[in-house]
Amino acid sequence: MNSAKGGPAAVQALNVSKVFGEGDSAVVALDNVSVNIRQNEFFTLLGPSGCGKTTLLRLIAGFDHPSNGAILLEGEDISGLPPYQRPVNTVFQSYALFPHMTVAGNIAFGLEMLGKSKPEIDATVTDMLRLVQMEELKDRQTSQISGGQQQRVALARALAPHPKVLLLDEPLSALDLKLRKEMQIELKRLQHETGITFIFVTHDQEEALTMSDRIAVMSAGNILQVGTPRDIYDHPAERFVANFIGETNFFQAELVSVKKGAGKIKLASGKTITATVPDGLVANGHITAVVRPEHARIVEPGASSTLVGTLENIVYFGTDTHFHVALGGEEAFIVRMQNARDDAGKFSTGMNVGITIDANAAQVLRD
Amino acid sequence: MTVTATHEGPVRPTKSAAEVAADATQRDIRNCWLLCAPALIVLLCAASGPLAIMLMYSFLKAGDYGGVLWTFSTEGWFSVFVQRDIFDETLSLADAHVSIFWRSLKLSILTTLLALCLGFPTAYFIAMRPLQTRNLWLFLITIPFWTNLLIRTFAIMEMIRNHGIINSLLKSIGVIDEPIQMLFTDFSVMLGMTYVYLPLMVLPIYASMEKFDFRLVEAGYDLYASRFRVLRRIIIPLVKPGIIAGSILVFVPSLGAYVTPRVLGGGKRMMLGNLIELQFGQGRNWPLGAALSITLLVIVMAALLIYVRSVQRRDGGHG
Repeated sequence: MNSAKGGPAAVQALNVSKVFGEGDSAVVALDNVSVNIRQNEFFTLLGPSGCGKTTLLRLIAGFDHPSNGAILLEGEDISGLPPYQRPVNTVFQSYALFPHMTVAGNIAFGLEMLGKSKPEIDATVTDMLRLVQMEELKDRQTSQISGGQQQRVALARALAPHPKVLLLDEPLSALDLKLRKEMQIELKRLQHETGITFIFVTHDQEEALTMSDRIAVMSAGNILQVGTPRDIYDHPAERFVANFIGETNFFQAELVSVKKGAGKIKLASGKTITATVPDGLVANGHITAVVRPEHARIVEPGASSTLVGTLENIVYFGTDTHFHVALGGEEAFIVRMQNARDDAGKFSTGMNVGITIDANAAQVLRD
Repeated sequence: MTVTATHEGPVRPTKSAAEVAADATQRDIRNCWLLCAPALIVLLCAASGPLAIMLMYSFLKAGDYGGVLWTFSTEGWFSVFVQRDIFDETLSLADAHVSIFWRSLKLSILTTLLALCLGFPTAYFIAMRPLQTRNLWLFLITIPFWTNLLIRTFAIMEMIRNHGIINSLLKSIGVIDEPIQMLFTDFSVMLGMTYVYLPLMVLPIYASMEKFDFRLVEAGYDLYASRFRVLRRIIIPLVKPGIIAGSILVFVPSLGAYVTPRVLGGGKRMMLGNLIELQFGQGRNWPLGAALSITLLVIVMAALLIYVRSVQRRDGGHG
């Protein structure tokens, strides 16, 4: 969305396609994908399994080669280079630590292969061990340490040669929830301290939202939307993105006018509200729009409400309450409101209520 | 030692816990021996027994028409290393035996190396096939086992003899004028043994390689290791158990090989197996044959010990 700002691209994919197999059994894993990943950014490829995110990562690492298009690293075409000639390292989902080497041996491996001198290797290994807080375990076999520790070793091993780009293939998926939360913060810290561009692959939207500078949402071999977590969450441009990330309300409306991405839409109730419109969409009648549950409020039915319905259900969550309002459509409109001390019992099921939508909170979808 | 009470059933109050534990331990030991009995009987009758008989024979006197005389003698062992001149009874080192020992050792080591060089890529190839076709490849590897060893050896003879397939082919395309003498040389013996024992190299290496996680290869490439370095630093160390097992399985029978050197070596290129057979047959010197057999055993043990030690040392301290 805001690709105009920022430095030169660390990694650039230009019209990249990847097809596995031939003839009838051919599977298109990536379909003409282009993306710019900036220097020093924490970039996340987010999507369900089979969307092509891991394929894109493997193309950048060099384990697979694109069927079409090019991969550029700092402006240089690296599509033809084998993985061992690319200044790019990977943290594997399975960690893939070498079982016949110690923790320190694993971390030193890349440096040895680069032909670094012994003192330099020792110094870097010590630095890396300190960076991931594993100094005491350096002489352990990799089979003798826990999953979380293996994860740290895998990170240290990939960071030790100081790659231009670090690729992370769902590295947190094997960890339990508590450890995963810790590692999310840890990864963010490491990225900040090393200043290396991180490309992170995940199917976990929460992980993507909390860690990333920018997110590319992928589906069926395509990148649907690239943007900051806020962009993606508040202004999903496509139905898939809106659905995949967070809870959302879909509703039909009519696009009345558009001016520089801001539009006016007319709801079924006859009221008109302001909405964000994706690039290139013109006022052409029926559209689908979305509103996040927390961007709407329940009010007494009256002049200020944009939608009116029957309160079907109230679900109390402690910090907030979810109101399910039947508008006559198939699905209830969900409103999430933070709980204040004095509003207990203000609304009850079966009541007629109104809904107001925050200014510009509605997002028109592209389809 | 702790024994759980559930193992015992209800504990009678008259016995102390220590006594109950002691009883249980004794019963465990008894059961253990009983369960091991079949294996022990096989080991005793099929391995230790014959070996003991051999050891005994090697210290007896040779009968005139074969067999042994029940008189203690070290003549058998003496003849392993020393020969007595027929005419003047002077003693000298048994050159013939030493050269046969040396040839056996040399050919077995070369056979093992050649089998390793051929077997490793073969096992790698099979391990890289899709799961459905791997069994087919393994099946193809084991097919030669179904044919009689002698017939397979004669087939090789047909290939490499002076007017055999290879020489005729080379001659007809004009590479050579005179046939190359391949049959009845050390080369032919080595070739034959490599062919016969190759599956014994491929199968254990394949078994190790099948368990190998090929994602580690990608990790190696990712960390700037070229193909050769990935092979040397990652694949070979991790399939080493298979390499060791395969080498032992090829080396041991090679050292004692009998049929292959007999047919492809033409009687001139004798190996230990042939020498031993000679003593029990035409030589009619059973004690010498028995002593040679025991010597072979010692050589095998020593060679394996050296091999395994050296492999472990090169490995560094891991394990």
